[in-house]
Amino acid sequence: MTAAAQAVSDAQVVAKDKERKSRFGRLPLHIAIVGLMVIWLIPTIGLLINSFRPPDAVLNSGWWTAIFAPSQLSLDNYAHVLAQSNIGAQFVNSLFITIPATIIPVLVAAFAAYAFAWMSFPGRNLLFVIVVGLLVVPLQTTLIPILQLYSPKGLNIAGSFLTVWLAHTGYGLPFAIFLLRNFMGGLPKEVFESAAIDGASPVTSFLRLALPMSIPAIAALVIFQFLFVWNDLLVALVFLGSSPQNLPLTVGISNLVTSLGGGWEFLGAAAFISMALPLLVFFALQRYFVRGITGGSVKG
Amino acid sequence: MEERTYRRSRIAAFIAAATLVAVACSSGAASPSPAASTGGTVTAAPSSGGSSAPAGSGGTGALAGQSVTVIGTWGGAEETAFRAMIAPWEAQTGAKVNYTGTRDLNTVLTTGVASGVLPDLAGLPGPGQMVQWKDSLIDLGTVLDVPTYTSETAPALVTLGTVDSKLVGVFIKTAVKGLIWYSPKTLADITTTPPATWDALQAYITANKSKATSPWCLGVESGAASGWPGTDWIEDLVLRQAGPDVYQQWYQGKVKWTDPAIKTAWTTFGDVVATSFGGSATVNATNFANAGDPLFKASPGCLFLHQASFITGLGGFKTAKSGTDYNFFQFPDINAQYTGAVEGAGDLFGMFHDTPAAKSLMAYLVTAPAQDIWVKLGGALSANKNAVDYPDDISKRSAAILTNAKIFAFDASDLMPSAMNDAFWKGIVAYIKDPSQLDSILANLDKVQTDAYAAP
Amino acid sequence: MDPRLVTAIEVVVGVPAVLFLYIILTEQILRPIPDRRRGTLRPWLWLAPALAFLAVFLVYPTIGTIIHSFQNSAGTKFVGLDNFVYFFTSPTTLVALKNNILWVILLTALTVGFGMLIAVLVDRVRYESVAKAVIFLPLAISMVAASVIWTFMFLYRAPGEPQTGTMNAFVGLFGVGPVPWLQVQDFSFNTILLIIVMAWMWTGFCMVIISAALKGISVELLEAARVDGANEWQVFRGIIFPLLLPTLAVVGTTVVITALKAFDIVYVMTGGNFDTQVMAQAMIQQMFVNSNFGRASAVAVVLLLTIIPVMALNIRRFQAQEAIR
Repeated sequence: MTAAAQAVSDAQVVAKDKERKSRFGRLPLHIAIVGLMVIWLIPTIGLLINSFRPPDAVLNSGWWTAIFAPSQLSLDNYAHVLAQSNIGAQFVNSLFITIPATIIPVLVAAFAAYAFAWMSFPGRNLLFVIVVGLLVVPLQTTLIPILQLYSPKGLNIAGSFLTVWLAHTGYGLPFAIFLLRNFMGGLPKEVFESAAIDGASPVTSFLRLALPMSIPAIAALVIFQFLFVWNDLLVALVFLGSSPQNLPLTVGISNLVTSLGGGWEFLGAAAFISMALPLLVFFALQRYFVRGITGGSVKG
Repeated sequence: MEERTYRRSRIAAFIAAATLVAVACSSGAASPSPAASTGGTVTAAPSSGGSSAPAGSGGTGALAGQSVTVIGTWGGAEETAFRAMIAPWEAQTGAKVNYTGTRDLNTVLTTGVASGVLPDLAGLPGPGQMVQWKDSLIDLGTVLDVPTYTSETAPALVTLGTVDSKLVGVFIKTAVKGLIWYSPKTLADITTTPPATWDALQAYITANKSKATSPWCLGVESGAASGWPGTDWIEDLVLRQAGPDVYQQWYQGKVKWTDPAIKTAWTTFGDVVATSFGGSATVNATNFANAGDPLFKASPGCLFLHQASFITGLGGFKTAKSGTDYNFFQFPDINAQYTGAVEGAGDLFGMFHDTPAAKSLMAYLVTAPAQDIWVKLGGALSANKNAVDYPDDISKRSAAILTNAKIFAFDASDLMPSAMNDAFWKGIVAYIKDPSQLDSILANLDKVQTDAYAAP
Repeated sequence: MDPRLVTAIEVVVGVPAVLFLYIILTEQILRPIPDRRRGTLRPWLWLAPALAFLAVFLVYPTIGTIIHSFQNSAGTKFVGLDNFVYFFTSPTTLVALKNNILWVILLTALTVGFGMLIAVLVDRVRYESVAKAVIFLPLAISMVAASVIWTFMFLYRAPGEPQTGTMNAFVGLFGVGPVPWLQVQDFSFNTILLIIVMAWMWTGFCMVIISAALKGISVELLEAARVDGANEWQVFRGIIFPLLLPTLAVVGTTVVITALKAFDIVYVMTGGNFDTQVMAQAMIQQMFVNSNFGRASAVAVVLLLTIIPVMALNIRRFQAQEAIR
């Protein structure tokens, strides 16, 4: 166990002690939190329950009636979704698309954010604002020029996974740089100064100080980039459409519905199936959201 | 911890150099290079008839190992039907169809046409877009056996697929619009003597008012396309009130929306809305697929639903029994001059690459044996006159209406420029919400018309 | 071996390795260069990969968009400011513009407000991880599924029928309704409902980022203040809030831009009917339905311009941050 992790557990012990002392005064806090959780959950619970019900029942009675008549519930919708012939391959495709499309922008953004935060060069602020301003570019306006670039007359890579990795990196960078530069910029100056005095190169400072100290921000970024790519339908459809065997889960799911809107009852079940992995990523990265991982370093 | 991360990344760096190249290569290898299917330019279609032999004459496995990419809007049950339709072709030729269904077809094909990365075959959103993409679409005159195709297909459909005397679109399936659905359990007598005229229908409604809450069922909600069931109403009314000539000039942008002929159709539709189950808020909030559900209730909510033949596969119709729970009659005549006018619609299909496999598949799809497969599964009418393998009496009768039509009109909103079509949908929704705004709604549609039909 | 497996291994091991190799190599490249020049060159080497991606995937298409915005629908001739004139004179786009202003204000207030409130509250309880997952959940739901969820929330059936929509069943308990929620245009009520749906999805986003920043605030600092007798509200106002400000600016900016680009929710829930249309929807309609690239690009350019004030505020904030460092 590292010193940082030790500090974390120490901090937790302190916090827990305090918690025990004032348990009764904290009732309003618990009520507020649980209340917000309930409000946020109700719509999703409605979908969850309806995902176990046949379409007639969903249309003719509210989801809450199923709580009192559980006999309506069945796994039919889930069975139908999982029985789609391509669903396994599409799940793997989604992973092939999402993992590199998360790693590349986060690392590239980390380099850029470090330069923006801790290196001085002329035009730094202006360049940074332009980079962030690119957030506003609607990605639909980029589809045609980029597909032209990928076409046989250009790079001739349309249909390969590489196309979506590169595109998602481009689309994800402005936010990633924005978030990481802000976080790295808030790290204490003294740490980097003393490292430089000890003869550490910027690469060493970056790998051994900036990166580890930014872990909460990086974890947040990984969660979002993963989620956006995982749930993306449009980019995959446009860039991978010429190689249908490479299409991700989202395309398969939207295809459960007919052109006239029939088959919507499967969307609920499909949503919960495709949500499972992003939630797992969220839970896995939760442990990096712990006080003290930056060594209590952000100055006041 | 940091020390280890640092060293590990250093070691990894050495592996990296090798993999950099490999990643780029293998990600291309994992997916067959699109060059194979998109390499051929779409401008010059070879005129040699040799490779365009229709499926069946090609022999077993003639195209083994080849594949055809197809994109369309069909999902769910429709995709199953389409796959059933192509299965015999795949078995016979040994080629494989890579089908993708999507509701973002417009986006995929718009970007595809602009950049040149296109599927081999594709469903087309409508005749309007087909005209815009005419330069990218392949002339099917070299692909199909044209005399056979024309003899087996309604002339109106052949004309619709032709741009600049080049056949670029064919219909895979069709639907007949303007059918009036009812429950024989509520209205037993109407099956033998359906009202022949609009006035007779109104008289019948007055006489049978007590049998349901309201005369009509109506629901126009359909996500981004909300309003389209109302456009079908207006089209049916214009066709029968003002006749096919006005109908044609109207979708061609030569008759104004504020023209009395068009406005009368709107006000007639307004009467229907006013006597619809639940009133205007319900009409705008009810999905078209479930609009007819009140027909089947123990105490019926309405007497009639106006909808196309494909409704039998949707909502309450799906579980109801054809003939006993529901039946239909044709939209009655309004002006005797235009007796026998019918409105229809269909799913267009076009070709972007003329690979041998794509040509063979296209030739197969328009044949009667192919279309019979889909027709037999229900929910669709064929485009090929010889495909008549209908599963029940209801679909047989709807198909007969289409074949026997004296005056055939294609769905006008589908024939309008998409900006006009979209404004039409939205106009319907606004009119249902507040009928008193009719004049300003029509004036706005006139403005869109001026703009949408103008040459670019 | 399955080629897909090869791809998988290369993807997970190769891609990060290449990137780390690049950054380590930069120092090797800089070594023979004299000290002074090294300092000027180094930042550009660190920025190069990011700038290359941005140039190709965002800047280059945007230049095209700007050119298109002065051209006709097919991009065959220049039409001056026609597309912008159309944008600012068409009644539907003007309603869209007005709605977008409401979107920006309300969505930002709701998501940043609730995101901060929840992040600060759950920081004090042991079931933090579960509570955060609950708020985060809607963001993990795809847009298609979210539209199904909210269709059933807002469902309206004819008066007298059993109300199967959650909201109408709820107000029905008090003898009110049914209300056709998405058709109520008075005071932009339906647009506000759509913004609430979006806020339901995006509050989790703000919460996660604010929470990450919150964990960076030193425990000692907070404990010291508490020992000095500050109550929780004073700790929040005096220490936590000022330290969170830069992060709030980041999430605020991001949400403002999200609100400007809002499209899906409106598109699937109302199709832009009942005066709920927004700018991005007008753009996508022009681009992919009407194939009018000129007008679509003009809307995109207007979007680009609206960001200028937001960016100006960000510049000032950075200069302030530099000054105190």
